[in-house]
Amino acid sequence: MNTPAIKELLYKMADDLLIIGHRHSEWTGLGPILEEDISFSSMAQDKIGQSQALFQLLHQLGEPDADTNAFTRNANQFYNAQFAELPNEEYDFSTVRHFLYDHADQLRFEMLAHSSYEPLAKLARKVKGELKYHVFHANTWMVKLAQGTEESKARMQTALSNAWNYALGMFEESKFEKELIAAKIFEGEAALKTKWIQAITPFIEKAGLKLPPEKEWNPVYGGRKNFHTEHLDPLVKEMGEVFRVEPASQW
Amino acid sequence: MYGNAYIDPNEKANSIVAGEDPEKLAEFEARISKGEKIEPKDWMPKEYRKQLIRMIEQHAHSEIIGALPEGTWITRAPGFQRKLALMAKVQDEVGHAQLLYSAAETLGKSREAMINDLITGKSKYSNVFNYPAFEWADACIIAWLIDAGAIINQVANAKGSYGPYCRALDRICTEESFHLKYGHDAVVTLATGTPYQRKMVQDALTRWWPPIMHFFGPSDKISQHTEILMKWKVKMASNDDMRQQYLNMYVPKIWDLGLTLPDPNLKKNEETGKWDYTEPDWEEFKRVINGDGPCNAERLAVRRNAEERGRWVREALKTADTKYIVPLA
Repeated sequence: MNTPAIKELLYKMADDLLIIGHRHSEWTGLGPILEEDISFSSMAQDKIGQSQALFQLLHQLGEPDADTNAFTRNANQFYNAQFAELPNEEYDFSTVRHFLYDHADQLRFEMLAHSSYEPLAKLARKVKGELKYHVFHANTWMVKLAQGTEESKARMQTALSNAWNYALGMFEESKFEKELIAAKIFEGEAALKTKWIQAITPFIEKAGLKLPPEKEWNPVYGGRKNFHTEHLDPLVKEMGEVFRVEPASQW
Repeated sequence: MYGNAYIDPNEKANSIVAGEDPEKLAEFEARISKGEKIEPKDWMPKEYRKQLIRMIEQHAHSEIIGALPEGTWITRAPGFQRKLALMAKVQDEVGHAQLLYSAAETLGKSREAMINDLITGKSKYSNVFNYPAFEWADACIIAWLIDAGAIINQVANAKGSYGPYCRALDRICTEESFHLKYGHDAVVTLATGTPYQRKMVQDALTRWWPPIMHFFGPSDKISQHTEILMKWKVKMASNDDMRQQYLNMYVPKIWDLGLTLPDPNLKKNEETGKWDYTEPDWEEFKRVINGDGPCNAERLAVRRNAEERGRWVREALKTADTKYIVPLA
């Protein structure tokens, strides 16, 4: 078993989920309608719960326990894509990110349901059921808002254009990519990205939105190698603010 | 969580049933005294409708405003277990607001109109949420001791006469009982923890005790108004009775944890069986309820900002054939 490769895979997924879950949770009490407040909170709980499960797998591989791992690292020790850490901005960007991220996440977990690394495959089979609802929610709102008023349509197009290169950054390859594919642990970021584009395209067309022309695609990489935007550091400090006072205590 | 509907003791009572059809009124009151529930399409006195809208609306507002002091701790909650539980709890509170707005809508006021009255400062919400949650322990104290007060009030109100409100409250009380367990566990963990944690929770309790004593409102004046509202089962228990019930249930539990309460006169009077306490500062209560508390301006500003930021979303949801539909409740 290629433990360093598996650990890297688990870290990036756990961190993506933790950080995007944190961002979703920031909508609590502030959503545009109560029903959406509740939806984002619900998805945030799923994301953070899934993240915890991945940190528990890491713990089984000798990494620190889930709480210590999630709540005491510094920003430059995180493996999430920069896409996850960008601020929520308005409901347009949050919805677009939710759509782009959740399609990728669902496909990733579907692939991993067949992973040769059984603990991850087992978790993935459970998680993909939860993600079905996240994707359904995202699809509904992408189309609804893009076909609403002139303002909402323009907002969704701008948000999609701004999000795009960051979203492509989710598929930054690992130095273990070949080993992971060869060992049938994970089919790889390139295969995932191809499936993802096939999955999102019909909804983007249905919504009447346009992706940037392919020659302008310029993925924002770095997150998987611990390079982050200025937005991650305050998020991580806030998240660990209480826990770090006494990391050894029960809270 | 909860909003203690505040009935202004100085409100004029003489016009309560003026102009009502005496026969219909008698029939209405007979149904209530038999324990029947009043449903949205049934005849009801104007004052009954008005008081219920006010009460349910205040309760709904309290849920969404109450989500703010606790919500700020979601992003800082220490560890996965607390973070997940707090998220679920605050989500429940927002869900309660949704249920309650729907219940109030059956009486003829739209959610939009209610939220508008909230952000313009026209309607009230529970006074406790005008106080800040400084530290993690404040959020734990709210989850245990404010929700505990809410349950006492809501269990009483669930036996009221208006069907949709009672049904919403039954559901809310079930969820609140989990909040109480979560809050109690979080407080016990701190109170039995390290010196730093014990100090944090004691400080939070000391800060929250005056708002907790205010929670059920000032002693009710025995007025014609409150008597009629009690007969109509709009108001189900006196503020003092609820406060006594609360003290009886929770003071021993607080003391058991080795925590102290900032009232030297607080003790159970063996002769009367009731709790003696120092009367809280009701002038402060009035000041805060009328807008001059530590967080009133901030809470409303946050809510206004959320409404403003979400406007384009709500506009985008409307289509040419969008109609207003009163929810079933």
